[in-house]
Amino acid sequence: MTGRLERTVTYGILLLFAALSLTPVAGILSTAFGRQSSLDTGFSLPDGLNWANFADAWTRGHFGSYLSNSVLVAVAVVLVTSLLALPAAYAFGVMRFPGSGLLFYTFVLGLTLPQEALVVPLYFDLRYWQLTDTYWALILPQTAQSLAFGVFWMRSYFRSVPASVIEAARLDGASSWGTLWRVLVPMGRPAISTLVVIVFMWTWNEFLMALVMVSDEAHRTVSLGLAFFQGQHTSETALLAAASVLIALPVVIVYVVLQRRFIEGMLTGAVKE
Amino acid sequence: MSAVSTGDRPGTRASRRVRLPSRAAGGHSSRAPGRPRAVGYLYVLPALVLYALFLLVPLGQTAWLSLLHWDGLTAATWAGADNYTALLTDPSLRGPFLHAIVLLLFYSALPVALGLLLASALSRFRVRGAAFFRTVLFLPQVLAMVVVGVAWRSILAPDGLLNDALRAVGLDSLTRSWLGDYTWALPSVGAVGTWVETGLCVVLFLAGAQRIPRELYEAARVDGAGPLREFFAVTLPGLRAEIAVALTLTIVAGLRNFDLIYITTSGGPGNATSVPAYEVYHRAFETNEVGAAAAMGMGLTVLIFVLTVTVSRLVEGRNR
Repeated sequence: MTGRLERTVTYGILLLFAALSLTPVAGILSTAFGRQSSLDTGFSLPDGLNWANFADAWTRGHFGSYLSNSVLVAVAVVLVTSLLALPAAYAFGVMRFPGSGLLFYTFVLGLTLPQEALVVPLYFDLRYWQLTDTYWALILPQTAQSLAFGVFWMRSYFRSVPASVIEAARLDGASSWGTLWRVLVPMGRPAISTLVVIVFMWTWNEFLMALVMVSDEAHRTVSLGLAFFQGQHTSETALLAAASVLIALPVVIVYVVLQRRFIEGMLTGAVKE
Repeated sequence: MSAVSTGDRPGTRASRRVRLPSRAAGGHSSRAPGRPRAVGYLYVLPALVLYALFLLVPLGQTAWLSLLHWDGLTAATWAGADNYTALLTDPSLRGPFLHAIVLLLFYSALPVALGLLLASALSRFRVRGAAFFRTVLFLPQVLAMVVVGVAWRSILAPDGLLNDALRAVGLDSLTRSWLGDYTWALPSVGAVGTWVETGLCVVLFLAGAQRIPRELYEAARVDGAGPLREFFAVTLPGLRAEIAVALTLTIVAGLRNFDLIYITTSGGPGNATSVPAYEVYHRAFETNEVGAAAAMGMGLTVLIFVLTVTVSRLVEGRNR
């Protein structure tokens, strides 16, 4: 039996924490829809919906082009990561070859490795290859780091597939390559969509690599754009907030729709070996 | 292909070998993954090449750079262990590590404690709208840290929401420039971390709490255990694995976090909020101390590995 008092207290605590979670988000939204002239950085209800800030962020803040850079980079990272991680994870999951354990743990290493341990030589390497200020500098290191998660995550999927499924495919005459792409990949759509949303979100939100690798405006991604915008236009809080909303919105929409995929992917990032 | 051979029907030796050990070892890594196949190398190779070029090689290079004095332009000179000794002796290099440890209280310990509190409250009876609360509490996890930083910077600003709220309830004396205050900047940045990580812990613990058998709670209640005893006797032991995962994830996130510091304080005021993740960037690309930055990066990596291994050892040790 749970008393009324306990229920009330529980709901009270929950509502308090929900409110705490939402306050910064609500603050950004209200500022984004507020008037530009208002200098108050605090929380004030806007007088109606002011879409002008978004248009301004899009054109004057160049967020239109930052968004398309981010889309391009994120799509490329997701594609390359999936194409490379799937066969590797398949081999680690269902094949046995000498050194496979060691190789697998080499990939797992990347899950806890901080970017800070890579970014310094990566900058000098990519500059030497004349790849800084290109999309490659944003795509390649990010893909390498995403592979750690991709291989780890997809291997556990391939291991969970009943051996009888693979046997059946073999009996039907499928090669191991065919088994992967025609049987296991279609079957694994839930696991793969988790991989896609997680890698997309990480790439979309990534900041340090972009900050180091890109100095020209043409290749700026959204988070980099926001940081520069904040540095240059500290007083334009409404534009800053509108830009923040533009950046966060794509991920938040996918999150609300595919919440389970996000949560399972982000919570499995912790290696339990 | 000879791999598609006859005689591999279910129930033959080959497939039994695949299944039996998996049951014995609880589906863990001892399940023999199929037959020996050298073709596996070809499947792994493309991923491995990219991974090696852009992750393993740079990691090795960082280790190498950490042994040099280099300004990024002129010829480097051998430093040996100098950069590492400096990490331990130079206060401006040691400080960031101390700040990181303090921040872990906010990024890791506090979220786990709050997560346990919320999850045990949520799991004592069927809460209406549990899905809504989960969605809302987890939301900070999917926002870009840059956006989080921008949002909190305006809340913690001198004329921001926090000070407005304090003034509204008559606590004017407590108002301050939270991010510009030598004493309060670090806890303020820490509080943002708590805000980000608490939802992750709640969601993890809620999932774990659902796996605790109801009978254990009923037995505890029959024995007359109140909410507190029930928590320590049933919920806490039942969530041990989830607590380990939560600690690992939040420790890694807390120590890796560069974005938030860069956006909110840039390590300031003075060095009050400088952390290793920020210091690596600052030294390598702003003050041209590449060797020291690399040593800092290696130190951070070692710290992360030591802490995560300790967490998993603590949990496994108790399990046995």
